[in-house]
Amino acid sequence: MTGRAKASGGPDEGDMNDTGGPATGAGRTVPAREPAVTEPPGGRCPDGGLDARLVVDRGTFRLDVTLTAAPGDVVALLGPNGAGKTTALRALAGLVPLGGGHLRLDGTDLDRTPPESRPVGVVFQDYLLFPHLSALDNVAFGPRCRGASKAQARALAAGWLDRMGLAEHAGAKPRRLSGGQAQRVALARALATHPRLLLLDEPLAALDARTRLEVRAQLRRHLAEFEAVAVLVTHDPLDAMVLADRLVVVEHGRVVQEGAPGDIARRPRTDYIARLVGLNLYRGHADGHTVRLDAGPAITTTENLSGAVFVAFPPSAVTLYGERPEGASARNLWRCEVAGLEPHGDQIRADLTGELPLAADLTTVAAAELGLHPGAPVWATVKATQTHAYPA
Amino acid sequence: MSKHGPRRSGARTVPVPLLVPALAGLAFLLLPLVALLVRAPWRDLPDQLTSPEVWQALRLSLLCATSATVLSLVVGVPLAWLLARTEFPGRGFVRALVTLPLVLPPVVGGVALLLAFGRNGVVGQWLDAWFGITLPFTTTGVVLAETFVAMPFLVISVEGTLRAADPRFEEAATTLGASRFTAFRRVTLPLIAPGIAAGAVLAWARALGEFGATITFAGNFPGRTQTMPLAVYLALQNDPAAAIALSLVLLAVSIAVLAGLRDRWMRAS
Amino acid sequence: MTRSVPRTRRIRRSLRVSGGIRRSLRVSGAGAAVLLTLSACSSSSGGDEDAGSAGSSSKLSGQVTVFAAASLKESFTKLGETFEQRHPGTEVSFNFGGSDSLAAGITSGAPADVFASASPKTMATVTDAGAAAGEPSTFVRNRLEIATLPGNPERISSLQDLTASGLKVVLCDKSVPCGAAAQKALAAGGLDLNPVSYEQDVKAALTKVELKEADAALVYRTDVRAAGGKVAGVDFPEADEAVNDYPITVLEDAPNPGAAKAFVALVKSAEGQRVLTDAGFGTP
Repeated sequence: MTGRAKASGGPDEGDMNDTGGPATGAGRTVPAREPAVTEPPGGRCPDGGLDARLVVDRGTFRLDVTLTAAPGDVVALLGPNGAGKTTALRALAGLVPLGGGHLRLDGTDLDRTPPESRPVGVVFQDYLLFPHLSALDNVAFGPRCRGASKAQARALAAGWLDRMGLAEHAGAKPRRLSGGQAQRVALARALATHPRLLLLDEPLAALDARTRLEVRAQLRRHLAEFEAVAVLVTHDPLDAMVLADRLVVVEHGRVVQEGAPGDIARRPRTDYIARLVGLNLYRGHADGHTVRLDAGPAITTTENLSGAVFVAFPPSAVTLYGERPEGASARNLWRCEVAGLEPHGDQIRADLTGELPLAADLTTVAAAELGLHPGAPVWATVKATQTHAYPA
Repeated sequence: MSKHGPRRSGARTVPVPLLVPALAGLAFLLLPLVALLVRAPWRDLPDQLTSPEVWQALRLSLLCATSATVLSLVVGVPLAWLLARTEFPGRGFVRALVTLPLVLPPVVGGVALLLAFGRNGVVGQWLDAWFGITLPFTTTGVVLAETFVAMPFLVISVEGTLRAADPRFEEAATTLGASRFTAFRRVTLPLIAPGIAAGAVLAWARALGEFGATITFAGNFPGRTQTMPLAVYLALQNDPAAAIALSLVLLAVSIAVLAGLRDRWMRAS
Repeated sequence: MTRSVPRTRRIRRSLRVSGGIRRSLRVSGAGAAVLLTLSACSSSSGGDEDAGSAGSSSKLSGQVTVFAAASLKESFTKLGETFEQRHPGTEVSFNFGGSDSLAAGITSGAPADVFASASPKTMATVTDAGAAAGEPSTFVRNRLEIATLPGNPERISSLQDLTASGLKVVLCDKSVPCGAAAQKALAAGGLDLNPVSYEQDVKAALTKVELKEADAALVYRTDVRAAGGKVAGVDFPEADEAVNDYPITVLEDAPNPGAAKAFVALVKSAEGQRVLTDAGFGTP
């Protein structure tokens, strides 16, 4: 994913800002300066669901993530590579030991439970289907290990494959399955043990763009039917927003933001998330309608706030001029210089430096008329109504 | 091991800097065998082959080499797993120890076995005192001597395969409820089967040709501890023609077995 | 390539015999180096010489390579040192091994000056191949003895005692001289002995007793003597029927025939015979 590219993969997938799961009212945002290291409020899910604080020390890297979810929730752990998402998932599965914190599932402590005894199902990034077993035997493997007879396990597995629409591929070895089919077999294999916690590690990363669209929709349906907690790890915001009810953004081993996908898309709190959702994001100090940015200039906003705030606006809200616009007010007008240009969908995205570093989208025609090239001076304006300020 | 490999690469030209040394290497390996064939006393061969001693030695060789291979598999595969999949202090040192029998002259290995498992050995004296078991001069002794020199080949081969195999398959099995042992048995073992087979063949071949450790530890008695290499060696003392004939028998049987096994895996994989 | 067979066997053998390795490795290392210089300078010696006398030492130089039966190791090594002292500038290089493999080495062209065999039969393969210079002569005889554990705990006093059940006896294989001799002795006594093993050579048989893996072995008296206190020797009358004559000869293609003849003369001299009888050999 390039620097400031919008998160959407293509025009037909809709704009990020409009997508997302059901917004659950106010997002449970966590103050960025105070990462979620504190214990969650007690009794949030006393009997059902997941209640975990995962602490894992790996030399210089320390993971410390609090995760809670009610049965039926689908939580996405979103973050850049190396943020510790997969480590968190492996800690939930019991594949890496916890260095601290706790792990409760449906009211039962799992801290010391070995992975084979946890009611946890995992769909691995590249599925890890056992290559020497047929699709049916892959799915039957779990029930068999958990005590079912061979015949029972196979009957159960056949049922799962049928639900996944893979009945005719039951006898196929994994290498004969397409990516999408393998993903569904992996899901069936994880679900066949009736886990109370389903973990998915980058479930769509191994698929090509075309298959991905289709498999994402199917996965969304299966996850919606799943009655227990599902946690998925992804670095793709679209996957996260389509599949999950709630996003937990992890950077450098810490939770930096948490909430409903729509809310996070509207109110990013870190540069990483801002880049993912395609917004210009600044931090500053509000005094009424004016926000003095930490980075220098001020931005006029419609919100009337005071104290530390974030200000965000989309690149499409920026208008560029070759000369200082006549008669324009000095508000939200910055003198910039073009640092780079790249195509973005059917538009051009200009990367600007100067008074205020920002990304701006403009049409190819406009870019040509302005004679934009790296190093060219430009004036950028943003209407106050197109900015969005919110408390930091 | 791939069925398609040779055919595909055959369509393209082989670089000369690879081809020439390759052919030289092949010739170096094959010429002594060819010489054996050229100098073989073909006229006496039928007499040699009908002698019961030859068949006795051959049968014993096959029995002992196979037993040694089985024994190596039973303890060597778990040992390889331990070396490849677990962390413990001094693991590198243990791995070096495992390969020690490879560098030890087999006769020294035989002496070491005597000092350990002999009637008067460190362990052997207790085996004798408590269970009345003495290992030297027995067929079991032959199997032990062959296992001692052959097992490192198996362990090294299997450990290499295990290291190349993705350990996450074991993890996947674990998350499905398999104990670590079940994961090993039902997932890892089938995955590394080709490596185990290759290691077993190496071990079998090494055991079949074993001479030094065997004659030192188990002695030489027809039908009990005289394997083919021992028979060949002793025949060489005063009847080189017979020695060549015996060698040919051993070669022919080995080639037949190895070629047969290879075909079988090719079909399986 | 031809030398490699006896050489590896020599190392293997010397590892088995404690204390032998140092000497043996030194000898083979030096031998390889000297061999090159030797081929450059032609053999200096011409006519007959009395090697036993110290006076002729000035005429001898270079390396003498002696292929000798393994049982001669101790006494020949000692005689080799005597020879080198008496003829400064000479170096005696030994290749001890089974007589048969030594003979095989010689007939396939291994460069050797002297061959001392543990049996006339083996020597015959060399003379038949035309590899011996002149007629070999018997210089010592060796007889079998029963080697038992130190102190003879099983109270073995005769060949017949070896046939007792439960007794672990090792013999040499019939294909090597000590094995053939053992069969002759057993036949002379009309005995049917069931050993636990037919060892590949006499040292291997002796080692089995030294390590207490076998209760007794039929080996040469010289071997019992060489083993010192690690085994006890028991003489038996049937051994008279199986005395081994040791023939020695200078070889036809000897690179250093003068020194070779001198060495053979030393072996046959009174002094040489004393060293050999000290080692347990009998005089012919």
